[in-house]
Amino acid sequence: MSTPLITTHDLAKSYALGGFTVQALRGVSVEINAGEFVAVMGPSGSGKSTFMNLLGCLDTPSSGEYLLAGDRVSGLDSDALASIRNRRIGFVFQSFNLLPRTSALENIALPLLYCGVAGEERNRRATARLAEVGLADRGHHHPAQLSGGQQQRVAIARALVNDPVLILADEPTGALDTQTSCEVMALLQQLNAQGMTVVLVTHEHDIAGFAKRVITFRDGRVVEDHVVEQPKDAAALALQLRAEQIGDEVRSDGVRA
Amino acid sequence: MNVLASIRIALRALRINKLRSALTMLGIIIGVAAVITMIAVGSGAQSRIEEQIKGLGTNLIILMPGSSTSGGVRMGAGSRNTLTEEDGYAIQRDVPAVQASAPTLRGTGQVVGGSGNWSTVFYGVTPEYFEARNWVIAQGKGFDAADIAGSTKVALLGDTVARNLFGDTDPVGQVIRIRKVPFTVIGTLDKKGQSLMGQDQDDVILMPISTARNRVLGQGAGRQRTVGSVSIKIRDDEDMKEAEAQIRELMRQRHRIQQDREDDFTLRNLSEVLATREESSRIMGLLLAAVASVSLLVGGIGIMNIMLVSVTERTREIGLRMAVGARGRDILTQFLVEAITLALIGGLLGIALGVGGSLAIGRFVGWPVQLGIEPVVLAVGFAAAIGIFFGFYPARKASRLLPIEALRYE
Repeated sequence: MSTPLITTHDLAKSYALGGFTVQALRGVSVEINAGEFVAVMGPSGSGKSTFMNLLGCLDTPSSGEYLLAGDRVSGLDSDALASIRNRRIGFVFQSFNLLPRTSALENIALPLLYCGVAGEERNRRATARLAEVGLADRGHHHPAQLSGGQQQRVAIARALVNDPVLILADEPTGALDTQTSCEVMALLQQLNAQGMTVVLVTHEHDIAGFAKRVITFRDGRVVEDHVVEQPKDAAALALQLRAEQIGDEVRSDGVRA
Repeated sequence: MNVLASIRIALRALRINKLRSALTMLGIIIGVAAVITMIAVGSGAQSRIEEQIKGLGTNLIILMPGSSTSGGVRMGAGSRNTLTEEDGYAIQRDVPAVQASAPTLRGTGQVVGGSGNWSTVFYGVTPEYFEARNWVIAQGKGFDAADIAGSTKVALLGDTVARNLFGDTDPVGQVIRIRKVPFTVIGTLDKKGQSLMGQDQDDVILMPISTARNRVLGQGAGRQRTVGSVSIKIRDDEDMKEAEAQIRELMRQRHRIQQDREDDFTLRNLSEVLATREESSRIMGLLLAAVASVSLLVGGIGIMNIMLVSVTERTREIGLRMAVGARGRDILTQFLVEAITLALIGGLLGIALGVGGSLAIGRFVGWPVQLGIEPVVLAVGFAAAIGIFFGFYPARKASRLLPIEALRYE
């Protein structure tokens, strides 16, 4: 393996909060290679979200270095950071963050709007991505007309639309039930299988179990970093859950009958 | 991100809050409508005055007899009969700046003719009068020097007189009696409308000055031929003040007035009076427009207010847009376009309301209104400028949000 996709060196972040300085991150040095599926874990306040925001160029570190595919990111101006977010990183959020009253296709095409892709081409690429997440027939639905799982899949399609090198998912299953969570994780696993690097923030061990590597944070430091020997297969689990659900329905129908 | 996409996003955002957008626009609508209506009313009044100036004739000076003093009591202007027909002719002859000088006798009397009778004013004039006072002959012909020499009993009727005596039938060639003296109507005069003082300028009969003196007013031949006034038109390229001074000089000479004595005549520059009126009506119009534009300003502040609320409300949306790659200037453009769109739609509706309102005032209140393209263009430009000016601050505020803080905003 050549240059790691992500290299952080002594990354630190502190906030001024009501007169106090909060040390959210106290020197994190991590390397993540292309094609990895990493889960970042830790209790709330452990700094995992701060770490995620720094990786996503949504925030700038107080000190330390961050290299994305060998390029120094720390110290870039806000326009350059916007460009990196636009072209190299795809975000998936806990609360989906889709634009209300805007069709799924337009939501997916949003990143393309900010890098000057023409309308026709935007639509073509958005349609293709929508099909990839299995919602080809929902292109003109508004978020309010979609289920939570469907909304998150639209959000994933949006993250993918500009061919990023990295998907950052911040508690992507936090607002979903188990069955749907498994389906969303299956989608992320599938993307990872196709070569996409995925970094996932979660506080659920079950969800972290789908990743190939788990990095655990506590008090702004990495306390554990281990490889998962046998990641769970989310697709199989989703199928199993569905089968059980159908079984339940058949049984209850039988009882009712 | 191109402008078209920004406009689409802006329209969508405005549609989501229909009532709010409409109320915000209302300020601009009222402002633009007020500006357009006020300008229409103002320029209507101004153009009426301009018409009156045209009717009066440009570069017009009226020469009238001076005041007389009787037992220490000074009478008003024109109370002395010091002005003669010859004065009028001399001015025409000896002052090169004068284009036309027309001595005028005035009389009133009952006129009988056609199917009715009418009390009106008649003027005994010379052919120069038509030129000096901008009278245009609508039908028939005027009179000439031969008519003056022969005291011919011919008359030209003003529109009001013609209508009152003859209705719709053609008065030319008909015979009328003025103070029982029979006259042949040889022509009618073009309409002039109301004078500055609201008098009907078309309620008039013109006849040769000699006819008026000898046949109607009945002044004897041997007496000095006094006149009521002389209408003097100065050539376009001459200076009015200088011409006035020359006329004054000539008149003083003719009336043998000594150095230290007062004039026994009065010179009045009517065009100047009108110009003053025009100026004051122009200022009035500007004032009205200025007051109206204050309401535009208030409308603009309304836009700024609503845009600030909108930016706060949509902080998470701004955060998301930034997360997927929107730069500060993309966000700035988005909100600026939204504010401009709001102002422009308001501006267009305001134009419709303003034009409608102006026409309604013209029709139902009866004020003269004049709609031009300039105030409309001005109003739209103003509306767009307001959108930019008052939209800029909220838009800049939005564009300076930090992505992570905007995303986390509750």
